[in-house]
Amino acid sequence: MEGASVTLSGLEKRYENFGAVRGVSIDIRSGEFLTLLGPSGSGKTTTLMMIAGFETPSAGDIAIDGRSVVALPPHRRNIGMVFQNYALFPHLTVAENIGFPLKQRGVPKPERARLVEEALELVRLPGYGARQPRQLSGGQQQRVALARAIVFKPRLLLMDEPLGALDKQLRESLQLEMRRLHADLGITFIYVTHDQEEALTMSDRIAVMNEGRVAQIGAPEELYDRPENRFVASFIGESNFLPATVRGREDGVLVAECAGTLVRATCAGTPATGEAVTLATRPERLRFVDGAWPAPPPANRMPVTVTEAVFVGERCRYLLRAEDGTALVLKEPSSAATRRREAGERAEVAWSVADTILV
Amino acid sequence: MSEAVAPALLAAPRAPGLNWRRAVPLLLVAPLLAFMLALYAAPVLAMLSRSLLEPAPTLAHYIELAGDEVFLKVFTNTLSTTVTVTLGTLLLGYPIALGMARARRLLPLILVIVLLPFWTSVLVRSYAWMVLLGRHGLVNEVLLALGLLDRPMRLLNTPLATQIAMVHILLPYMILPIANALRQIDPSLARAAAGLGAGPFGVFRQVTLPLSMPGVMAGVLLVFVLSLGFYITPALVGGPRDMTLSMLIAQRVEQLDWAYAATLSAVLLATALAIIALFQRVFGVGTAFRMSAR
Ligand SMILES: Nc1ncnc2c1ncn2[C@@H]1O[C@H](COP(=O)(O)OP(=O)(O)OP(=O)(O)O)[C@@H](O)[C@H]1O
Ligand SMILES: [Mg+2]
Repeated sequence: MEGASVTLSGLEKRYENFGAVRGVSIDIRSGEFLTLLGPSGSGKTTTLMMIAGFETPSAGDIAIDGRSVVALPPHRRNIGMVFQNYALFPHLTVAENIGFPLKQRGVPKPERARLVEEALELVRLPGYGARQPRQLSGGQQQRVALARAIVFKPRLLLMDEPLGALDKQLRESLQLEMRRLHADLGITFIYVTHDQEEALTMSDRIAVMNEGRVAQIGAPEELYDRPENRFVASFIGESNFLPATVRGREDGVLVAECAGTLVRATCAGTPATGEAVTLATRPERLRFVDGAWPAPPPANRMPVTVTEAVFVGERCRYLLRAEDGTALVLKEPSSAATRRREAGERAEVAWSVADTILV
Repeated sequence: MSEAVAPALLAAPRAPGLNWRRAVPLLLVAPLLAFMLALYAAPVLAMLSRSLLEPAPTLAHYIELAGDEVFLKVFTNTLSTTVTVTLGTLLLGYPIALGMARARRLLPLILVIVLLPFWTSVLVRSYAWMVLLGRHGLVNEVLLALGLLDRPMRLLNTPLATQIAMVHILLPYMILPIANALRQIDPSLARAAAGLGAGPFGVFRQVTLPLSMPGVMAGVLLVFVLSLGFYITPALVGGPRDMTLSMLIAQRVEQLDWAYAATLSAVLLATALAIIALFQRVFGVGTAFRMSAR
């Protein structure tokens, strides 16, 4: 089955004078796993509700397979949806819950029973049909909600923080099942979460939302390695922000002065010489300069003082201070072979130019 | 060391003598229990005993009743009034409850409109209906003015008047439990149903209505039992020939026929209890109340 393609153009939702969604435009490809990721209140649920038809956009358009659906009521949109609290019907059995969308579509009873059993098998709950929803654990309820949302073979599935209420272990195993299901069904998934790790592991692309707008959209590695702005750089993973002054360009890389040293960065734009900018780099991509490592350029180097050293098990986390007082974080894989630095110790850190970006 | 501590820990909560923890709920209900026993249960039992003990221990009053045509007529009339009133409050009350559950800004207004009669005495409301339904009452005047009637219609002292007034008076007892049940329904359920392909009517029939049934059952039971023993309203606005059980009881008490009145009271009480038991059996009202409480 082909997944639906979804086009959001200039989508807006205003409540009185407050803009919950302020101009969201995303092209979601057929069969894609797209995640809306953002902090609480960034407009993820509102966007999803407009696609499902439970909220009417204040402006903009939603097209599914090129046809505008804004005028269609929810029950005519043929979209599967999983709610955060599962929204299973408490007065119906598991089988009746899953059969509900089939009943609405006039599927005859024997056919319905067969499809329900198939869906239960797909979510690994065969034989649970006769139970009441309240007799199931949270993870099982979640899977019933999923089965109910896909049993009628919609070409688009919306999920609003479907794993939010579950513990970490269950969440991780269901994330894998969700990926498998996405691969098996081949339909388009739009997934909402505020858990960045979940978004990074599951999605084909992530739209990072902030204050009702899309801050950046791209593949997980793209967002992590090349965040376009400070919000994305700090919301996804951790970042060191270095205030710097542009000194010029050299072989296609930006040269800037930062804490008294020259630092090079990859940069698409052309900021003017003398302009104040912010450079970002990831803590796990900084290294202490120690003997042979790193190899000579293209690495950036900077003298620092260790202010705090924390052992976190798989890695060590160091808080550092540059000459000008800028605070930096460095994460180092822990190893019995590396010397642990002490607070107050002076050191030099280095990181590659490719890992330095202008935000 | 931990072994030495353990027995002491185990022994600690065991206070000697009275178990206060268990006694507290009993102490809390004790005043009410005493009040009910002294002022309600005892007189009721004393009254009922008259149906069995006057003039000597006998079942004769009950056997007589079975063949008493007046009683049978009054009893069927009471039941049919009760059923009509219950259905009337249900049909009128459900949409109002639905509106109350959905309304946001209008809710206080609807609540006041629903509760205002609730806070007014039954007597006052029954007199109000007498004024409205009288020969020269508002209803007749309006119908005459509109030219729909050429002479005043007889409204007061008819079964219809009783039914209208009782529906009005009992409506809050139907609306409040239903509105409460409707409010308890998770709004995402209706959304889920719509998203899964159910139209507005389908959502109502398959999700909202079944989930509001506990409230409906509670309302029906309340109105049914209350209207079974209604006295003031049928006595004031009803017809003299459309007697209800409570009117008959009052009449016999006035005639100082205590044994007969006591027998009728026993029948009334038994009917109410039977209805409650039937509801419990068929619909599991106990579980229904628990479900709606969630
Ligand atoms: N019915 C409403 N009336 C007024 N404001 C609303 C309404 N619904 C949502 N909002 C506001 O719109 C903003 C976006 O809400 P939304 O539910 O889309 O956020 P979200 O990204 O899903 O957040 P979360 O991660 O907490 O679920 C919030 O500031 C919220 O307060
Ligand atoms: Mg949300």
